[in-house]
Amino acid sequence: MLLSNTEEIPGQQIREFYGVVTGSTVRAKHIGRDLMAGLKNLVGGELKGYTELLHEARGEAIDRMAEQARSIGANAVVNVRFSTSSVAQGAAELFAYGTAVRVE
Amino acid sequence: MDLAVQLGLEWGLPILLLVLAYFTGTAVERSHYRSIRVREARTRRMPTTTGRRVPTPWRVTDAGLVAGSVVISLDYFKRFLAGLRGLVGGRVKSYESLLDRARREALLRMKEQASERGFDAVVNVRLETSRLASSQRQGKGTAGVEILAFGTGLKRAS
Repeated sequence: MLLSNTEEIPGQQIREFYGVVTGSTVRAKHIGRDLMAGLKNLVGGELKGYTELLHEARGEAIDRMAEQARSIGANAVVNVRFSTSSVAQGAAELFAYGTAVRVE
Repeated sequence: MDLAVQLGLEWGLPILLLVLAYFTGTAVERSHYRSIRVREARTRRMPTTTGRRVPTPWRVTDAGLVAGSVVISLDYFKRFLAGLRGLVGGRVKSYESLLDRARREALLRMKEQASERGFDAVVNVRLETSRLASSQRQGKGTAGVEILAFGTGLKRAS
């Protein structure tokens, strides 16, 4: 599955167009990570636990989007966009969306 | 005597934390900037653009999504300073440097991922910022700021 945030996949021709595909996941951080992050909030710097958590979650959202694209016969998703929203205390939704196409 | 003990407990701990955070926060920031400068010098050969394509015509053989992200937080001391700044208004320098560090770090991670995957350039770079709410204080506090940098990596025909 080819992914790109440009309108087309450079070096390839779009043959078929399938419309918008989406993938999302809502994640909450677990208590251990939260405690560590609380400490980190004191000294400053990168909150590695959260970076990893969001990285994994975003990967999951992309996978779900790609899966949806595959199921309708696409082999690429162009114009991929991301959005993050905190839906509840300590939980965030990671959302990926794009346009499914078939390229050659 | 009692009053002195009470005052000590009430003021002592926050002041101790402030002093501690001042030193750790400054050290963290300085070493982060050092690492950013070194890695920026190393990835200077990887062109990135917010445009949709590279300005010169390339024969592209491969393309793919690359991304880099970081969650970063302020230390207690700087948050305290920023709070004071909120009273009088003006530039909040501690947040400026925090966001600057986070953006540069996210861009660097994106570039590093691009070169690991064998790409020669990254086009259509986008940056996104979001605040992570802390689970304390009914989600009003900020646990950290996430910066996401993403773009399309291009591989050039040799």
